[in-house]
Amino acid sequence: MVKRVNRAIGLVPPLAIYVLAVLPPVWFLWQAQTGRLGVEPIKALEHELGELALQVLIATLAVRPVNKWTGINFLKLRRAFGVVTFFYVLLHLLVWLVLDVQFLDQIWADIVKRPYITVGMGAFALMIPLALTSNNLSLRKLGPVRWRRLHRLMYPVVLLGAIHFVMLSKGFQLEPYVYLGVILALLATRIRWAGWRAAWAGSAS
Amino acid sequence: MAGRYKSDLNWSDVTPKDVWLNRRKLMAGAGAVALGSIAGPAAASLNARKTAYGEALEPNTWDEITSYNNFYEFGTDKGDPARYAGELTTDPWTIEIGGLVDRPGSYGLEDILKDVTLEERIYRLRCVERWAMVVPWVGFELADLLDRVGVQPSAKYVAFETALRPEEMRGVRFPVIEWPYKEGLRLDEAMHPLTILATGLYDEPMPNQNGAPIRVVVPWKYGYKSIKSIVKITLVEEQPPTAWNEYSAHEYGFYSNVNPERDHPRWSQKYERRVGGGLFARQTPTAKFNGYGEEVAHLYAGMDLIVNH
Repeated sequence: MVKRVNRAIGLVPPLAIYVLAVLPPVWFLWQAQTGRLGVEPIKALEHELGELALQVLIATLAVRPVNKWTGINFLKLRRAFGVVTFFYVLLHLLVWLVLDVQFLDQIWADIVKRPYITVGMGAFALMIPLALTSNNLSLRKLGPVRWRRLHRLMYPVVLLGAIHFVMLSKGFQLEPYVYLGVILALLATRIRWAGWRAAWAGSAS
Repeated sequence: MAGRYKSDLNWSDVTPKDVWLNRRKLMAGAGAVALGSIAGPAAASLNARKTAYGEALEPNTWDEITSYNNFYEFGTDKGDPARYAGELTTDPWTIEIGGLVDRPGSYGLEDILKDVTLEERIYRLRCVERWAMVVPWVGFELADLLDRVGVQPSAKYVAFETALRPEEMRGVRFPVIEWPYKEGLRLDEAMHPLTILATGLYDEPMPNQNGAPIRVVVPWKYGYKSIKSIVKITLVEEQPPTAWNEYSAHEYGFYSNVNPERDHPRWSQKYERRVGGGLFARQTPTAKFNGYGEEVAHLYAGMDLIVNH
């Protein structure tokens, strides 16, 4: 079963992921333009894109633990997931800049003065080097060790993304905390507990 | 007292009823099932006095006003109130009026309404989240009711409470804020002729998602001050606790006057966006006191409105 799934995944070219990834934003844009996202489509579009970015971010983060526990192997597509995440975050940001806030002085004031926007922008900034190096040439130039170390920036990115969502919600709402919980659980699977235990034991003796 | 305000806007500025009714009929035909819980065309008009108070602004459509709401008792999504507020029973309805009044008691809604003249008030509505609308409310001045129950001289503030019915309000099953929803006004704000108790809009009974059967409308303050579905009014001496202020005092002050000079920690308040403008709607500068400064600025003479936000 796992073998068959993996064989099917193997047949999917990363290009297919990029092509499919264009569909949800186009769908949201069409909905927004035709009134299907309600009477205030700018906020709705912004929110849909942000949430979509978080979902793909979680999928990217889940590739390794899913592989470890089920044997199902999406590793080949993980880079595509990461690039798609960046694409969605970029669209989310553009909707906020161009359609929502509109004024340059307001944009800068918001980034500096609104903590949830500062956090969101921080996450975006950390993603830029990852997006720029998501190609084979960069991988070869950096070498796998440095490349992998650089791409650990994904962990703070995903955490900042979840915190951004929690901070912008008014009142105590469940949904952002569900995202935060899932993300913390996935991050916990990535910590090398054995290494920590060894370090702990070492410092104790 | 109805008719205290002269208006530079009149009935012709409101979208004619047959126009929006037809629009709703078309929508009902297109998606009767999906729209099932959104208030359908009401049976009876309120025949409110057509002495509209408002600016030369075009009101938002019925669909905009009744589909985009913050009423967390029914859920935090803007569409939740339209989806679920139909579950609230609004008839019979009583308001407990007490505290520092001469005639405290449990007042039935019909009893409250029998002595008042319903009047049209076309007001701007400005949400703290930076969106804005224009709503043709129907209601009467809060002062009329307060005069009737007899405010005692020691009263300085009016406290309001929204109904709390977990079986009819699915949003209150989760502690988004501390329920029941509470709001308050200083007595002079409450007695101001602009402050109304609204029982309808577009000359129709109030849709549940907009705060049926009776709600406050204070047009120069952020929307959350205009408390919905009121079951309790208490006259008190001390400034009463209010829901959003209790949740986060540095974000939501007691006064909450619309003020572009005082930034909300999450949103600059310099600009706002009118609901209904589509994907490319422009932002417009926010007016202090939501444009009602001429009428209300004197209430705050000598007060620092940044500190007392």
